Amino acid sequence: MSLLSIRGVRKTFGANVVLDGFDLDVEQGECVVLIGASGSGKSTLLRCVNLLETVDDGVIELDGTDITDPRADADRIRSGIGIVFQSYNLFPHLTVLDNVTLAPIRVHGVRRDVARAQALEMLDRVGLVEKAGAKPDELSGGQQQRAAIARALVNSPKLMLLDEVTSALDPELVGEVLDLLRELKADGITMLICTHEMSFAREVADKVCFLHHGRPLEVGPPGQVLADPKEPRTREFLSRIIKSGRL
Amino acid sequence: MSDWQPSALQVERLAYRRRRTIRSGLIAGISTVLLVALAVAGIGSTPGWPRVRETFFDLDRGWEALPTVAQGLWLNIRVMLVCAVLIVILGMTLAIMRTLRGPVFFPLRMFAAAYTDVFRGLPLLLVIFLLGFGVPALQLRGLPNEAVIWGGAALVLTYSSYVAEVFRAGIESVHPSQRAAARSLGLSHRQTLRFVVLPQAVRRVMPPLLNDFVSLQKDSGLIAVLGVIDAIRAAQLETAEDFNFTPYVVAGLLFVALTIPLTRLTDWVARRQGWYGGGGGPV
Repeated sequence: MSLLSIRGVRKTFGANVVLDGFDLDVEQGECVVLIGASGSGKSTLLRCVNLLETVDDGVIELDGTDITDPRADADRIRSGIGIVFQSYNLFPHLTVLDNVTLAPIRVHGVRRDVARAQALEMLDRVGLVEKAGAKPDELSGGQQQRAAIARALVNSPKLMLLDEVTSALDPELVGEVLDLLRELKADGITMLICTHEMSFAREVADKVCFLHHGRPLEVGPPGQVLADPKEPRTREFLSRIIKSGRL
Repeated sequence: MSDWQPSALQVERLAYRRRRTIRSGLIAGISTVLLVALAVAGIGSTPGWPRVRETFFDLDRGWEALPTVAQGLWLNIRVMLVCAVLIVILGMTLAIMRTLRGPVFFPLRMFAAAYTDVFRGLPLLLVIFLLGFGVPALQLRGLPNEAVIWGGAALVLTYSSYVAEVFRAGIESVHPSQRAAARSLGLSHRQTLRFVVLPQAVRRVMPPLLNDFVSLQKDSGLIAVLGVIDAIRAAQLETAEDFNFTPYVVAGLLFVALTIPLTRLTDWVARRQGWYGGGGGPV
C-alpha cells in the first residue's frame, strides 16, 4: 500500500479547473517530483494534500486513511504532514528557534526544554544553529528557507511537501537548499516536490510526474520522462526549459 | 575603511551641503519671525484686542486658577487610564468576534458588526448624555449613580467600537500565507489567531491605536457636561466667578501638554515601524 494515494482529485477555482481527475501514488521513502508549466496545478495539488484547500471530488489517502473525508480531524492530519512554501512563510515576530518550537510545544505537547533541544539539533542539521536567536528578516533567503524546512522537519512528518522551495532564491543560494534536500532524500524521507530545477529533479527523483491541464500526463522514472519523453506535450515543455537554460 | 580620506570631490560636496543647510536655517528663521510679528501686529491692532487680552489671557487670573484646573485634570487622567484598559479589552473582544468563522458564531459576528456600526455612528456627546442622565434616571438598584462612571462607560462604549475596527484591520492585514503556514503545522484556528495572527496584528496597528488614545485623552473632558469636576468643569466654575475666561485657556494648555508625550510616542513608534519616512534616501 502506498503512503500517499491520490485518486480522481478535482479542484476548481470558479470556472478554472485546476485539477481534473488527478491520480498519483507516493510510496514510503519515495521522492516524487512534479513538473509542469505555471498554472498546471502543481501547487494546488500540494495544498490539497495538506488540506489547505478542500477538494471538489476524489479521494486522498494517507497511510490508508481518507484525509479528504470532511469528518476527519484536519488539524491532526496537517500536523503529520510537513509543507515548505516558495515564500518561506516564517513567522516574522518570532525568532528562528521559536518558529521551530511553536508546533512541537503547542500542537504536539512537547515540553518546552525538550522542544528547545530538539529544535537546536534540527537547526544544527540545517546549519543554522548560530542563527537560532535571530528574527527571520535578519536572514538571507536561503537561510530563511532552511529554517522553514527545519520548522517542518522537527515534527517528524510522514510526508514532506515542497512547493517550489528554491524559486524565490538568488541563484547562488539555491545550492545550499538543494544540498539539504539531497540529505533528506538520503535519510529516506518521503517527499512530494514541485520544482523548476530539472537537473535536481533528475538527480533526486525516484519518479517524475509531468502535469498538464490538471492531469498527470506522463509519470515515470526521471531517466525516461526527462530524457526520453513519450508525450509531445512533455517534450514541448522540456524544450522550452532547455531554451531558457535551466536544464 | 580606516585609511579612507574623502576625495576632493566629496569635500566640495560636503561644503556645499553645509552652506545649503545654513542658508535654509536662516530662511526658516527669518520667515518665522516675520510671520509671528505680522500675526501679533495684526491681532494686536484689532479694536477688541485689549478687551480680549484681559478676558482670555490674564496671567494673574490664570496662575490663580491653575491649581483647581490641574486638580480637575487629575480626574481626566484617571478616567483616561481606566477607560483605555477597558477599551483595549472590549475592542479586542469585538474584533475577534468579527473574525470568528462557522455558523455557531453568526449571532456574535452580527452583534459585533451592529455594535461597531451603532457606536461609530452615535456622537460621543449624545452617548454621554444618554448614559449619564438616562441610566441613573432608571433608578435601578445595584447600579452606581455617579456621573463619572457613566461618563466613563460612554467613552468606553464609543471608543471600543473604533479600536475594534483598528484591531480588525490589523488582523486582516496579516497575509493569508501566515495562516496557511500555521495551519499546515497543525495549529488550530484558535492557536493560529493567538500565536501567529494577533501578535503581528497588534504590532502593526500600534500607531493608529495610540492615535485613538491621544484622542481619548482630550475627549475625557466631555464628561464635564455631566457635572463631573474635571479640568473643563473646574475651569467653568472658575470662570463663573468673574466672567474671566482665562481658566479655559489654562485647561486647554494643560490638555495639550498632556497629549504631547503620547503624540510623540506615537510618532516614534510609527517611524520605527516604517509607517512614514521609512524609506529614507535622498527622495
